[in-house]
Amino acid sequence: MFPLIQFTEKGLYCTAGDFYIDPWKPVDKAIITHAHSDHAIAGSKKYLCHTLTKPILQLRLGEGVYETTEWNKAHFINGVKISLHPAGHIIGSSQVRLEYKGEVWVFSGDYKTEDDGISGAYEPVKCNTFITESTFGLPIYKWKPQQQIYAGIQNWVLQNRVEEKTSVLIAYSLGKAQRVLDALKDVTDTVFAHGAIYNMQQVIEKLGYNFVNVQRITPETTKQELKNAIVIAPPSADGTTWMKKFNPYRLGVCSGWMQVRGNMRRRNADKGFVLSDHCDWDGLVSSVKATGAEKVFVTHGFQAVFSKYLNENGIEAEEVKTQYGIEEEENTSEQKIELL
Amino acid sequence: MKAFAQLVDTLGATTKTNEKIAALEQYFLLANDKDKVWVIALFSGRRPKRTISSTLLKNWCSEFCNIPLWLLNECYHTAGDLSETIALIVEASSTLQEAPQAHPLHYYIEQFVSLEKSTEEDKKNFMLQGWAQLESTTEKFVFNKLLSGSFRIGVSQQLMVHALAKVSGASPAVIAHRISGKWNPATITFNELLSDENNVADISKPYPFYLAYPLEDAVETLGSIDDWQVEWKWDGIRGQVIKRNDNLFVWSRGEELMTEKFPEYNLFLNSLPNGTVLDGEIIVAEGATPLPFALMQTRIGRKNINKKIMEDAPVSFFAYDILEYNGEDYRNIPLQQRRQKLEEIVALTATEKMQLSPLLQCANWNELAQLRQQSREHYAEGFMLKRKESVYQTGRKRGDWWKWKIEPLTIDAVMIYAQKGSGRRSNLYTDYTFAVRDGENLIAFTKAYSGLTDKEFAQVDAFVKHNAIEKFGPVRTVKPELVFEIAFEGIAISKRHKSGVALRFPRMSRWRQDKKATEINTLEDLKKMLEIYGK
Repeated sequence: MFPLIQFTEKGLYCTAGDFYIDPWKPVDKAIITHAHSDHAIAGSKKYLCHTLTKPILQLRLGEGVYETTEWNKAHFINGVKISLHPAGHIIGSSQVRLEYKGEVWVFSGDYKTEDDGISGAYEPVKCNTFITESTFGLPIYKWKPQQQIYAGIQNWVLQNRVEEKTSVLIAYSLGKAQRVLDALKDVTDTVFAHGAIYNMQQVIEKLGYNFVNVQRITPETTKQELKNAIVIAPPSADGTTWMKKFNPYRLGVCSGWMQVRGNMRRRNADKGFVLSDHCDWDGLVSSVKATGAEKVFVTHGFQAVFSKYLNENGIEAEEVKTQYGIEEEENTSEQKIELL
Repeated sequence: MKAFAQLVDTLGATTKTNEKIAALEQYFLLANDKDKVWVIALFSGRRPKRTISSTLLKNWCSEFCNIPLWLLNECYHTAGDLSETIALIVEASSTLQEAPQAHPLHYYIEQFVSLEKSTEEDKKNFMLQGWAQLESTTEKFVFNKLLSGSFRIGVSQQLMVHALAKVSGASPAVIAHRISGKWNPATITFNELLSDENNVADISKPYPFYLAYPLEDAVETLGSIDDWQVEWKWDGIRGQVIKRNDNLFVWSRGEELMTEKFPEYNLFLNSLPNGTVLDGEIIVAEGATPLPFALMQTRIGRKNINKKIMEDAPVSFFAYDILEYNGEDYRNIPLQQRRQKLEEIVALTATEKMQLSPLLQCANWNELAQLRQQSREHYAEGFMLKRKESVYQTGRKRGDWWKWKIEPLTIDAVMIYAQKGSGRRSNLYTDYTFAVRDGENLIAFTKAYSGLTDKEFAQVDAFVKHNAIEKFGPVRTVKPELVFEIAFEGIAISKRHKSGVALRFPRMSRWRQDKKATEINTLEDLKKMLEIYGK
């Protein structure tokens, strides 16, 4: 008998149900955990995703057949019971639970354990087999409470204002940008945004998330308007001539990778805010334990390290190669490839 | 400690030179004198002797934080810095139980020094106490760093010199002169360090070196060749030979005192007048005839230089400038006149160990360009072009001195291993090993770390992450697919390397995306190069 989920060259495949989860090639039926580009690609015939994920997929992948569902609601495909559960990663992000003949598998997608107040609070799901990401699977990655990081961003912006500098925050358009806007709502009414972030924000606002007034930066936006302002830009804009308009400015990069000084220096950032939408080490370890899984598959990130650690601690684990983790923001090297 | 941690954070948080100088200035205005002296010492590479090994640090951290040693090592390979790794892990696993303590910087340094002869238990207690009591990650990082390495946080000695000049009111050149040289941070006060009086007493001090930029424009843009003094650019160790008060000192460009490493130069004591400072090149040579630089490497690392080493790898000093004569600073006298004085002085020495770096005479730039092709035969890397009217400046300056180097040798090779870098390359695969073909086999022959743009490194990093085959500690073997042109300055026989050759200054000069791994050079090609250039 095949395992409930197989790791194939198109992605995670459920044999009994004949569907894929987050495939990286077009398929007939795809369940999508969340709308980041390494987990959701265009061209599949049918998609199943969370209600909040659908409009974002429409923006990114175009029109298609999108069936939606809520968290904790059962669906059946060829006798396999499917349900989505909050993953806390970005708006709409979900874990996928499959149950077939009494056996339960859960794929985490990308997730974080801290409730950011936007993405829905992560819930551990009991299972026999757990497939987890490991983006920040080293004990050097330990996040401070969100409140503390937000305060850091707010103080930095206020200080820049005193010194008459524009604050430019680098944040990925889906996920990080919304949290940064959330953090900024206490210190400003208006934020200027790169087109990519503006477009995403239009969709997000329709889903009922209003943080502050977001203004799109266009060729008509004057230098005067941008003086002392707050700007949010995606990583792809960093280092381009587009940034010149903000001079004099300070650059703050919001990413879990900023935890290590060298990464911050590489980005030539004035300030690194260690703000991540993924689990830190403790989050990964505690989540795995909370699922009660007897078997764990570790995907994108520090697979080898994390699975070795789990094995040493009495949890059978194995590393799996996937195409995930090429999300521009969360991979320090590949975020730059996107610039090419 | 807080103030110093703050300084380290501020320096790390800006990329602008002016802001860095301002932060240093601020620190030097407010910090206590003892701390200031130590900061100058640390930032100029004068870390006190290490009293606790990194192995012990790792073991204690592993125990203190309850994580296995292998996992700590994985973290280290990713973060690229052990002090930072330990600080992050300690920070992550500790909940501050003790009230935070903030002793001044010098307290920790003095404690570390005094621990040299203590028991392992005492050392361990001190470390653990520091980890428990220091409040922020940066404070813990700095604390570890005091033991385990140099502060590479984007502060050049020059930046510090500028900040100190602003604080003290003395000129940067004077400051640079004062802090280079021999002084003991444990005993000197801040005022003594920066005061003139005490520097007179310190007879060993070298002058800051004047460094040339590479010539980028066509050589004709320099104007008439008659205005220029031309010498070979020697491939040795830049150094100053100083004789004052009947003592001889030899300094390297890295401002390291190397007198003991070159006992041959003691001969100069007999013949050089007191109050003489010569600038020149320390070269392995039989008198006036240079030998391959690889020989230098056989004696550089040695603590004791015995007779055999001096016979196998003899050194001469090729003098090309005089900075002090008769105790008088000569640096503001034009080069042409300095040269005359230099020739007089060198003639006095009458030993083959002291050579005058010869001047090269050509009628025009064209002729000179022809001559440049013979550089390798003279064991030179090209030419030094110095304006005859130039004064001896401080640091790297454009305009009056240029190095006009020959094109490097190149070979196409395939990447076979990769390892993550450190510092701003942490968590990126940037350190590669390359191979040439030998029939069906690939033979590793060199490592290289530099020469690619950030974008290219990012692409290669992504390739490694997706094409790693095997893991040996921090090293990944990768699919032999990416071809690079490796540039290098020289090639020599090596018994230590499987390929039988060692390269000088290898780096990636080009990513040959147009070439397949089957089209790279062969071991035979390397051996031919060795035949032509390595003997």
